[in-house]
Amino acid sequence: MLGLNQRDTKFLIIVIALTVFTPILLQPFPTDSGLAQFNAGYPDLMQRFAIFGIFAIGFNILFGLTGYLSFGHAAFLGVGSYSTVWMFKLLNYNVLPGLVLAIIVSGLFALLIGFVSLRRSGIYFSILTLAFAQMSFNLAYSVLTPITNGETGLQVYNDDPQILMGENGITTTHFFGFKMNSSWIMDLGPWQFTFNFGYYFCAVIAILAFYLSLRIFRSPFGLMLRAVKSNQQRMNYTGVSSRPYTLAAFVISGMYAGLAGGLLASMDPLAGAERMQWTASGEVVLMTILGGAGTMMGPVLGAGFIKYFENIFSKINDQVLHGWFAFLPDGLENALVWLLHPFVGKGWHLTLGLLFMLVVVFLPGGLVELGQRIRNMFRKKPDANDDSNHKPQQSPHVAE
Amino acid sequence: MGLLEVKDVGKRFGGLQALSNVNLSVQENTVHAIIGPNGAGKSTLLNCLIGKLIPDTGSVTFQGQSVLGKKPHEINQLGISRIFQTPEIFGDLTVLENVLIPCFAKRDGSFRLHAFETVEAEKDLNEKALAMLEDVNMQDKLHMQASSLSRGDKRRLEMAMSLVQDPKLLLLDEPTAGMARADTNSTIDLLKEIKEKRDITMAIIEHDMHVVFSLAERITVLAQGTPLVEDTPDNIRDHPKVREAYLGETQQT
Ligand SMILES: Nc1ncnc2c1ncn2[C@@H]1O[C@H](COP(=O)(O)OP(=O)(O)OP(=O)(O)O)[C@@H](O)[C@H]1O
Ligand SMILES: [Mg+2]
Repeated sequence: MLGLNQRDTKFLIIVIALTVFTPILLQPFPTDSGLAQFNAGYPDLMQRFAIFGIFAIGFNILFGLTGYLSFGHAAFLGVGSYSTVWMFKLLNYNVLPGLVLAIIVSGLFALLIGFVSLRRSGIYFSILTLAFAQMSFNLAYSVLTPITNGETGLQVYNDDPQILMGENGITTTHFFGFKMNSSWIMDLGPWQFTFNFGYYFCAVIAILAFYLSLRIFRSPFGLMLRAVKSNQQRMNYTGVSSRPYTLAAFVISGMYAGLAGGLLASMDPLAGAERMQWTASGEVVLMTILGGAGTMMGPVLGAGFIKYFENIFSKINDQVLHGWFAFLPDGLENALVWLLHPFVGKGWHLTLGLLFMLVVVFLPGGLVELGQRIRNMFRKKPDANDDSNHKPQQSPHVAE
Repeated sequence: MGLLEVKDVGKRFGGLQALSNVNLSVQENTVHAIIGPNGAGKSTLLNCLIGKLIPDTGSVTFQGQSVLGKKPHEINQLGISRIFQTPEIFGDLTVLENVLIPCFAKRDGSFRLHAFETVEAEKDLNEKALAMLEDVNMQDKLHMQASSLSRGDKRRLEMAMSLVQDPKLLLLDEPTAGMARADTNSTIDLLKEIKEKRDITMAIIEHDMHVVFSLAERITVLAQGTPLVEDTPDNIRDHPKVREAYLGETQQT
């Protein structure tokens, strides 16, 4: 179906189902329970899951397939956001022109940066992309103020042209009249689920992005990209020019990043230079590696994982901790709170860092590998003396 | 004029003159062996032919066209394919995928963005790759990861990767090194069979005299970066200079 084999079709259907039911799945705890703070089913966060999922899926096309590690992808995210906000300023709040422009501009931008950076490989490539991204950040912050509005960030003002706005035009971002911030809230006993249009808009685009990347993974183009990672020299002696392939992958992943940036601006019509900073570039690297680089599902999981941490762990403060351990004797309670304090609230980066180290050391294949190991644990049990080492080794499949 | 003409080629690595005044003419549809002691410059010479190295002096022409300054992939697209001394394969990919890549390169040229077909949907190329892998007796290892193959299998895989492109000139750098006797013999048979079936020219570097004398129609002896003699196998066998410079030395080692 849709040019996919049976296995991939099943895979895609599962992904679609998960995306559709996200507002329910991420809201497992009743609203008045103590665990409600671990719920993640609110629009803002779910939108971020989908958007950063797109960002990471695109990044994975470059890094996961070719092994070229870009440290500058946030530049494209920023370019996408600026492009979209400009369309809001010039036309109206419909997100479509903005998103189209975001993809085009970030693609051109990636073509330029990729053309130069891909002359080198390995660490030199990474440094070049990092340098380009920092340059873009600094330009956006200062020199290009007329375009980016510098420190303040780009936003829509009342005296902006907005030529398509009309008399009673919609004053928030929308898609042909459907407002991004409109939600339908469903109360089900003690549970509350929020179905937000903005989230579903991002989710549909994320599914399309995922489908496209699945097609790329299975295509001859994807095969060539994996060959680049495996042995680029050999490719050239086989009659393949590797540079245009890597450049195409770079541009495609740049366009994904631009789309993600455009969506960020579509949910909240702002664009700031900090979106291009190197920390933001590093974040998508973390997402991809944490989830499992080169796998289909890994980057999405990684993106979800990190965004969840950023939003949920950062909200746990000492008061909350005291609440959890109130049943313990005072001394022990204080000791535990003191012990956990550095890891929550503002210290969520510390927890994330530790988790990241654990994953890299013990699960080089990321969260996807964790899933596979758990599945194998349940499957393997019956035939314990089956010596799989003596069977011909099957190459790991790039699905999952 | 030969299919491949090497004229006065010289190559220096720092203080070492690896090649000097190399003249070589490989005639169409022959198997031309290049032999010589370790460090004679045989691999260096091949590297100069495929664009991995650029010679300091001299010229290299293929079908009357200069290959100097051309990129490796452009040289391959002209119809020159090479098997390396240590097998160069795509270790992370499956055996079948390893052979599909040269198939795509042959059909589509050095770049084509086909991101929407699936690899499996390319029926013709899959069949071609499969048939090639059958020829080298690897049809039962299609989905194995190439890096997990034995050394002999890696060599046969690399051979398949070159042959599937139907090159006009095949350069082989010690194709049987590291192979068991039986594998060596089957490689000889394979190369003979290929030779009979298609119009192919081969330049083969080999230390194993059994392989050389089973296949070669012309032999060039290279010593210290310069060709010593070029002649038919029968004449080479008894050539005093060759015995002194080459065969003598192998007896010592
Ligand atoms: N990239 C390089 N840099 C410096 N010296 C090199 C380089 N490549 C080869 N050499 C030197 O050039 C000489 C010729 O090497 P080459 O590999 O061509 O020999 P060969 O005839 O292929 O030997 P063998 O039979 O051992 O494969 C050797 O002395 C080698 O050390
Ligand atoms: Mg050699």
